[in-house]
Amino acid sequence: MNKLLSGNEALALGAYHAGVRVATAYPGTPSTEILEAIAQYKDVYSEWSTNEKVAMEVGLGACYTGVRTMVSMKHVGLNVAADPFLAAATTGINGGFVIVSADDPSIHSSQGEQDNRHYSKLAKVPILEPTDSQSAYDLMKLAFEMSEKFDTPVILRTTTRISHSKSVVNITGERLVSAKKLSFPRNVQKYVMLPVNARIRRPYIEERLVKLAELAETFPFNAIEAGGKQLGIIASGIGYQYAREVFPKASFLKLGMTYPLPQKLLHEFAKLVKQILVVEELDPFLEEHIKAMGIKVVGKEFVPRIGELNVDIVSAAGQKMGVVKGKSASAQIKITAELPRRPPLLCPGCPHSSMFYVLASMGQRLKLPSVKEKEAKESPLTITGDIGCYTLATYPPLNAMDTTACMGASIGQAIGMEKAGLKTKIVAVIGDSTFLHSGITPLIDAVYNQSKITVIILDNGTTAMTGHQEHPGTGISAQGTQVGKVVLEELVRGMGIKDVKVVNAFNIKDLRAAVRDSLDKPELSVIISRGSCAVRIPRGSDPSAIDVERCNQCGICLLVGCPAIQSDGEQPFIDPLMCMGEKCTICQQICPKQAIKPSSQFKSGTVI
Amino acid sequence: MRKYDLLITGVGGQGNILASDIAGEVALAMGYDVKKTDTLGMAQRGGSVISHVRIANQVFSPLIKDGEVDILLAFEKLEGVRWTDSLKPGAVVIMNNYAQPPLSVSLGIDRYPTDKEVIAILKQRTDHIYLVAGTPNVTKLGNVRTLNIFMLGCLSRFLPFKVEAWKQSILEHLPERLHKINTTAFELGRKEIKNVHVG
Repeated sequence: MNKLLSGNEALALGAYHAGVRVATAYPGTPSTEILEAIAQYKDVYSEWSTNEKVAMEVGLGACYTGVRTMVSMKHVGLNVAADPFLAAATTGINGGFVIVSADDPSIHSSQGEQDNRHYSKLAKVPILEPTDSQSAYDLMKLAFEMSEKFDTPVILRTTTRISHSKSVVNITGERLVSAKKLSFPRNVQKYVMLPVNARIRRPYIEERLVKLAELAETFPFNAIEAGGKQLGIIASGIGYQYAREVFPKASFLKLGMTYPLPQKLLHEFAKLVKQILVVEELDPFLEEHIKAMGIKVVGKEFVPRIGELNVDIVSAAGQKMGVVKGKSASAQIKITAELPRRPPLLCPGCPHSSMFYVLASMGQRLKLPSVKEKEAKESPLTITGDIGCYTLATYPPLNAMDTTACMGASIGQAIGMEKAGLKTKIVAVIGDSTFLHSGITPLIDAVYNQSKITVIILDNGTTAMTGHQEHPGTGISAQGTQVGKVVLEELVRGMGIKDVKVVNAFNIKDLRAAVRDSLDKPELSVIISRGSCAVRIPRGSDPSAIDVERCNQCGICLLVGCPAIQSDGEQPFIDPLMCMGEKCTICQQICPKQAIKPSSQFKSGTVI
Repeated sequence: MRKYDLLITGVGGQGNILASDIAGEVALAMGYDVKKTDTLGMAQRGGSVISHVRIANQVFSPLIKDGEVDILLAFEKLEGVRWTDSLKPGAVVIMNNYAQPPLSVSLGIDRYPTDKEVIAILKQRTDHIYLVAGTPNVTKLGNVRTLNIFMLGCLSRFLPFKVEAWKQSILEHLPERLHKINTTAFELGRKEIKNVHVG
């Protein structure tokens, strides 16, 4: 049966057909849809774990009992999970253990770019790279077989363009029933990594790598596609697809397994062609290894190491190298360069907007566009930020975030700034899911080390940015069942924090009072600003509207950054199809002229 | 079989990803090879959303090469004109005559291009511009969320796929209570193309 599947859907289906019994993940673009797809199967235990480290550990425990297990995460998620991942590489596995690492070249939705193929070399485990959804589906099965045969975790690495592209998959398999018995026979030499045991495992890891390199020589997804003799292309991942389009006459060595590499096969390919170009996204991972084998290739002097590739970029590389004729597309004049951009925004009715409006006004950061800037004033408030939709509050008009590094960093950074002696008030802002992921341990640090910062937890009851996944604070599992619920205010009180306030996210007055109170107190305090994510609830029935008689066009309503409040440059107006109405009312609360009211309060004909 | 490279663009929340999924599935049902991919920023709503749908005998890259777009289906004017550089000379442009000013325009930092400017920019690449009344049509119909299906109705005029295949794929993607209104939206879109032609 042929079906159009995304790379992520194909991975999930491949894992299901490979007989996976346990699947764990923490949501993160571009990996999220893998667990969402597999969670639909009731005969797989699927969970959103608290974070990637936990996901890896739950996965490791599950595979020790002999069941096939898949753990999926975005590239930076593997940083969080690096400790148990390297431990898994040492102990090895029992049931097949596959880790999907979804990298994000071009940083579409991440805090940075990294090439996770390096993790395979670091941990001395094999890595497989699909080139489309079909190979994602097929490689998943082989990954589980490889894992069990060589007693190793296997990384299956995708990139955004593989994860989020749909292509045709010929679905051949059916769900495999594992012959392995579910059991955990005690084996301390394998599973208890005391130094004495870890030292015994150590040479095995090296032997394993040698055996895997042998397997790579005949691995079905490492294959020569013979073409012309002038040019040879070595490629993996999505780079292969671009190269196929740009170099139709070249010979190809497509690598589906990119560590360890097939040395003999590479030498054989090198003999077939006059010159070789390596086409790979991000780092010269293949290139460096191949060069170390004494094979002459070119790569990153022509193919960029930053960002996603595409046909135009690979074509430009071919031109620079002198193997493609024609003019580079990038040399053409861009006729649309002057158009206004449309960056992502906080949604109409977003429960975060109000808190950031309050922080921005207290921090003296709100600026009407009509008012000419004199000198950049130093804000009396420093706002360390975190990862989620709310990172968008960095942009004008709110300008309400000063740092974003990685999951949970806001709290530790705030403590650090305070301890270093920064004189401004310091607030750390973090979302509910991010707080549970990585904010708890730094908050404990704040308690222990007597920090006086204010921590604001924006609790919208979901993991919003990745598409509304459940988390330990929602009380609903990845498979939709009612489960245990962590109550944030109880959790932080339990740490010994006295000043804990829970505030309605849609009440500006209360938010302002809470923030003022916390900033004035010389102690650690936590404010939980609670309000449902606007995308998850139905729109209100009574959208806000602007009374043009009262409105003096001061523009303050525009400073919330709500996309429903628009302006043609003079008179602001509210798009009734976008406004959340009575579910929000933030603009009604902040208008100094009380010119914004529910539509129902207008006589017909006066509403814009 | 000739190739069709479609670019479907809009503002997050307008439903263009579903539209691109349906277009891809119809092409697959008609025996083509298909690849499609979306590029969208980080937030759920409000940013630019672009879907590439590539239809041919054999497709390698899921992303369309610059200057190779055969049909641009734009759910919003600015999000349409923005991709003029990607158009093949003489490409078909189907554009919903609807403006959603980005925040920078509302804040007075940027200016939204006038209709005249939009057409003038597009005309540097093509004369086949269809400015369709999608938003008014679906507002009258009573559900603005059917805009994506209306736009598919417009698109269906330019692809050699059976109308029945379109309708079947649309219904497969929607709950039953939305079947009737979306079938109507699709037909309104098909009719609209007969009525409007700018340029």
